[in-house]
Amino acid sequence: MYDFALVFSVQRASREPPMALTREQLASIAALARLDLGANESALYQQSLSSILEFIGALEAVDTKDVTPLAHPLPGLSQRLRPDEVTESDHHAEYQLNAAQVAAGLYLVPKVIE
Amino acid sequence: MSELHRNSVTAVAAGLRARRFSSVELVRECLARIDRYQGALNAFISVTREQALREAEEADQALAAGTAGPLTGVPLAHKDIFCTRGVRTSCGSRMLDNFVAPYDATVVRKLRAAGAIMVGKTNMDEFAMGSSNETSYYGPVRNPWNTALVPGGSSGGSAAAVAARLVPAATATDTGGSIRQPAALCGITGMKPTYGRVSRYGMIAFASSLDQGGVLAESAADAALLLREMAGFDAADSTSVDRPVPDYVAALEQPLAGVKVGLLKEFFDKGLEPENEQRIREALRIYERLGARLTEVSLPYLPLSVPVYYVVAPAECSSNLARYDGVRFGHRCENPRDLQDLYRRSRGEGFGAEVKRRIMTGTYVLSAGYYDAYYLKAQRVRQLINADFIRAFQGVDVLIGPTTPTPAFELGAKTADPITMYLNDIYTIGANLAGLPAISVPCGFVRDLPVGLQVVGPHFSEARVLQVAHAFQRETDWHRRMPQGYA
Repeated sequence: MYDFALVFSVQRASREPPMALTREQLASIAALARLDLGANESALYQQSLSSILEFIGALEAVDTKDVTPLAHPLPGLSQRLRPDEVTESDHHAEYQLNAAQVAAGLYLVPKVIE
Repeated sequence: MSELHRNSVTAVAAGLRARRFSSVELVRECLARIDRYQGALNAFISVTREQALREAEEADQALAAGTAGPLTGVPLAHKDIFCTRGVRTSCGSRMLDNFVAPYDATVVRKLRAAGAIMVGKTNMDEFAMGSSNETSYYGPVRNPWNTALVPGGSSGGSAAAVAARLVPAATATDTGGSIRQPAALCGITGMKPTYGRVSRYGMIAFASSLDQGGVLAESAADAALLLREMAGFDAADSTSVDRPVPDYVAALEQPLAGVKVGLLKEFFDKGLEPENEQRIREALRIYERLGARLTEVSLPYLPLSVPVYYVVAPAECSSNLARYDGVRFGHRCENPRDLQDLYRRSRGEGFGAEVKRRIMTGTYVLSAGYYDAYYLKAQRVRQLINADFIRAFQGVDVLIGPTTPTPAFELGAKTADPITMYLNDIYTIGANLAGLPAISVPCGFVRDLPVGLQVVGPHFSEARVLQVAHAFQRETDWHRRMPQGYA
């Protein structure tokens, strides 16, 4: 079993004990993530997400003044562009084989506008 | 059954060229072994029997005609995260249970172009999120060294398949250790290249700044042979690096004398099981005997890798997995009331517990009011970890340490507490955060279970990393050991 103290060694003398996520907070995260959670799932996630937030909270104690966030591990790379030319051919019939509901080449979803 | 399965990729490729056996014989042998051991190991999600046999016949014709490529006729398995045209590509998820990829991943295309034959798609943690292969919709994979134990993850199916010699090698992916950790736990060799070295096109995205494709095989020599074909620039992957691919095979036999090896001080901590540490120390003595110069190196921010990872990876995952909306492909719920209901129920039903947990963690750390405190903070600490590595490589050629803190653990042992599971990757995550190439090679046993030694190099030093691993494998036969019952 890994020794947690190693990861948490620099943390939290000054911090309040972590707040557990409330049911309402969990419901709001699930809504943002467009995830329907079952009734028994919610209690489980409330607990495990709270412990994950506590775990990643260890970062708070690290001094990162004047440190730029690292967005990409390789130095000096920039987004590559390509010539604005058509390179794709039409595959829509093939791609739509994976769709749950299509008609006349269109993807079907429940009515959006009444 | 014959003894064909005891051959490495290198030996298989040579044997095919010398016509000592045919590709059809080899593929039949792989399929027979998959049939025999699938029940015990659950290493495969799909087996592409007819296609493999057809391609094997074509390979034998090419070998006879003298038009064979470097891997012509060699059977392989692909992790089910790589899109394979016309073949179900599930990513271990109910969400993609019915998804038939309309195109090949670049890795798949390149290996096929080199002549390799796919015999099937391997089981994996759902969307590559897991360290034990227990999050798969298709059930857990079991470790061939002891089927009560996990094979590691997320590339657990590929690792178990190679360890049990169902196939001589398999593709895999590594976001936080998903190639190296299962390699260590299954007693085989696993190579994660530099970020950008192998195309991510057609490799289903989990955390795009960390994901990298690689290979699981018996030895570093096999990994070199395969990586030479898999690596290279791909315009279809916007982070693919345009840089020539060295001949990794030719570089293997360079002498080790004078190579500067740094021992990762932070990895020899009290979290490392004492017997694992002993195996690593024994391996270091072999390196010293070969003329490597050993020094201890400290990377003080490295222990923060795991909390950084569990901000960055879920953040990227929540963004990447937003595409699964039940509309164009993937699982769709029955009788949706409206569009929101369609999204929420399709995703709620299609994703398993760990994937949902990570999507929600990511959603939280990216949400208004928390973005700076969690996401930007983590990317700043990631910069510090990266700087630690850059500093270390100013003084040494490679860093060496353990791959995992312990050997394989029991199924179910860590599923109740996600943090305990996450800490399994404590030694592997650093290389992903900094985009570095790293390999795990077998270096002995603890309680009859294999233990892995990890070698990490600077960006694009795959040739050196493979050479350092190969030098060890010339002196040892740990990588040749096979689990009882599968030999």
